[in-house]
Amino acid sequence: MESGKVNSSPKILVFSTEKISDPAIDMAGLLKLHYPSTVYTIPVPCSSAIKPRWIIHALEQGFDGVFIAADGTDCPYGETCTEKTGEIVSATQQILKDNGMDPARLKMAAICSVCSEPFVKHVKSFTEYLSKASKE
Amino acid sequence: MKKKVGVYICHCGGNISDYVDVEKVRKAVEKDESVFLAKTTMFACADSNQKEMVEDIKDQNLDGVVVASCSPKLHLLTFRAVAERAGMNKYNYVHANIREQVSWAHSDNKPGATEKAIKIVKAAIAKVRNAESLDPVRVKAIKAVAVIGAGVAGMRAAIELAEAGSEVYLIEREFFVGGRVAQWDDLCITEETGKELITRLYDEVMKHKHVTLFTGAEVVENSGSVGNFNLKVKVTPRHFNLQCNPGELQKAIDVCPVEVPDEFNFNITKRKAIYHNYPSEYPQLPAIDVKNCTRCGACEKVCSAVDFFQKIEYLNLKVGSILLATGFDPYEPKKGEFGYGEIDNVVTFPQFKRIVHYCDDKLMYNGKEVKNIAYIYCVGSRQVDGDNKYCSRYCCTANIHTAITVKKKYKGIHNFHFNRGIRTYGKAEIWYDESSRLGDIYLQSFEHDPPAVEKQGDKTIVKIKDVLTSDRELEVVADLVVLVTGMVPRKENSIGNLLKIPKGRDKFFNEIHMKLRPVETVIDGVTIAGASQGPKNIMESMNSALSAATKSFSLIDSGELALEPTVARVDEQKCKWCGKCDDACSYSAIDKIELDGRTIARVNSAVCKGCGMCLPVCPSNALDLIGLADKDMENMIDALLSNV
Repeated sequence: MESGKVNSSPKILVFSTEKISDPAIDMAGLLKLHYPSTVYTIPVPCSSAIKPRWIIHALEQGFDGVFIAADGTDCPYGETCTEKTGEIVSATQQILKDNGMDPARLKMAAICSVCSEPFVKHVKSFTEYLSKASKE
Repeated sequence: MKKKVGVYICHCGGNISDYVDVEKVRKAVEKDESVFLAKTTMFACADSNQKEMVEDIKDQNLDGVVVASCSPKLHLLTFRAVAERAGMNKYNYVHANIREQVSWAHSDNKPGATEKAIKIVKAAIAKVRNAESLDPVRVKAIKAVAVIGAGVAGMRAAIELAEAGSEVYLIEREFFVGGRVAQWDDLCITEETGKELITRLYDEVMKHKHVTLFTGAEVVENSGSVGNFNLKVKVTPRHFNLQCNPGELQKAIDVCPVEVPDEFNFNITKRKAIYHNYPSEYPQLPAIDVKNCTRCGACEKVCSAVDFFQKIEYLNLKVGSILLATGFDPYEPKKGEFGYGEIDNVVTFPQFKRIVHYCDDKLMYNGKEVKNIAYIYCVGSRQVDGDNKYCSRYCCTANIHTAITVKKKYKGIHNFHFNRGIRTYGKAEIWYDESSRLGDIYLQSFEHDPPAVEKQGDKTIVKIKDVLTSDRELEVVADLVVLVTGMVPRKENSIGNLLKIPKGRDKFFNEIHMKLRPVETVIDGVTIAGASQGPKNIMESMNSALSAATKSFSLIDSGELALEPTVARVDEQKCKWCGKCDDACSYSAIDKIELDGRTIARVNSAVCKGCGMCLPVCPSNALDLIGLADKDMENMIDALLSNV
């Protein structure tokens, strides 16, 4: 096995959803669509269940960014998911602003169950943003 | 807090250990205060390892288990069953995905993959540490299945489901049942015709009072989830009344002045705007193709059953499971591909089957008798540069069987098979052998040096550098060139997008695992069958249909489903009842109760779906999901940030 420093990229916590976006992230692996290994996923039942305190905890404890791979309109739990997840993101970004943190460290995008390529694009561009932001 | 957790890290053959140093992962986690034993294993899912896990749990009195292996979509249930067999509550098992989300996703970065795997296993240990013993939540499952597609796979599945006792809605987009098989004559092995097979299946379908067939119908909206899907089905009218005189029907077809290319015959013939694909087709009522109908009124004058006032209907169906059997399209060669569309006597294999169907004593094409036939194999399959890398499986056998049929049916036929290696697998080798004995000539080339089709004067020449005769350049003057085309996914496959069914690299619907869960999709309650999943012959399609029917039925059979017990829970001390959780809940699972003189929220766990929408809206942070409490989440986050 190779060795060496591998942890130079920004650390991103992804909240995926068990039925919708997590299968897409699995499929990204199946298709060998590579993305930074500093992207970690915790699945939740629905993106509208994510508590702002979890996001704040992650950012305060050392994650550089949090990405919500939201259900979007595919949510099996109802049509209000998109709106509710949007409200969580807005409320959390306001908390980040109030605490002098960059609200762009929290990002959300709808990732459907076959959206492997969009997921990879999102986490790569988010990684780039966070890398640049850390140097400024 | 658990102190005797067992951790098993899987090599998955080499799928994981080729990229993740599993021994390093084991060493990194065995020091955790909760971990009692940590092992690596070649295949965690193998029977031998499962037995060892059961023994470990029993002998070592383990109180929690983590397996780090493939996606939980594949083996979460396997290892929960292991826990149950060892007498442990299955919710004390936590799964860590280090294949799809680590070794495969980061196969370009082995040290990074190993570091990520360690952290993911640590997070799983952090979660199992506080896991509780739980009972699943049971919900009602509607004992009905929607089967989409009434080809051979769909009808076979519908019959099985009805016989098992399920209500079945068989939904076919076309006006006639049978799909692609209806377009075939003699079938390989049985010599039954496609029409006979369809008729037999249709008769069986119609015998079952629990099967409702909708033709000209397609699903346009979908909501709900496993056990309780709501489908909105659009039913397009045939513009014919059911009670009608067969003589009048034929007259209506005869007087119709519109002629359009007949897709059923792959455009080699024409049909009217009032049509059935063949006289004995089911359902036996013709349909009016309103896109091409000029509304001239000629049919109405001779047939009282014509009814242009019929309107599109929308039906709402409630089903517990959905079975997709939407079939395939034949590959359509590009213009110029082996002369297709440019040289007049180059046709596809499906077109050739229809030509053979229409020719009785002599094989004729474009007014000329056909004697020399050149078959070019693997057109649209096993592509080097194109997207279709796969073998379409049925074409070698089907084509050789047809070549034999042609040789026996017409006099003086010479068959020349330009192939890339014949794959008549299974018993179909018999036909390959028979074709050779009948004098068919086989010429072979490799993918980088395919045969060429040229027009020289009025002759069509097929040239090949034949590897079977030491690369000798050979050529055949062909009266007809047949491009043996493979299978591609349906061009119009909106049902897949509607249900969000993942597609594989071949663009067909993708199963969770080709061996372990071969007819299930990641969308719970949706199964796939037949050639919608990938190229299959009829027998293979039927087998997958039986498998999918069994799987769909197993979900709804008992009338209830055991769902995850991750429902919401109220902290009675923290709750001050503001009603925000009640507003957020789409299922009315929350009501208010009085407790010790205080008004607080109560969750009805039988109604709660475990979505968690109520969690973030609570200003007192009094709500949690069982198994995903704040401490669980924060412990996992901390573990992912720990030093390796």
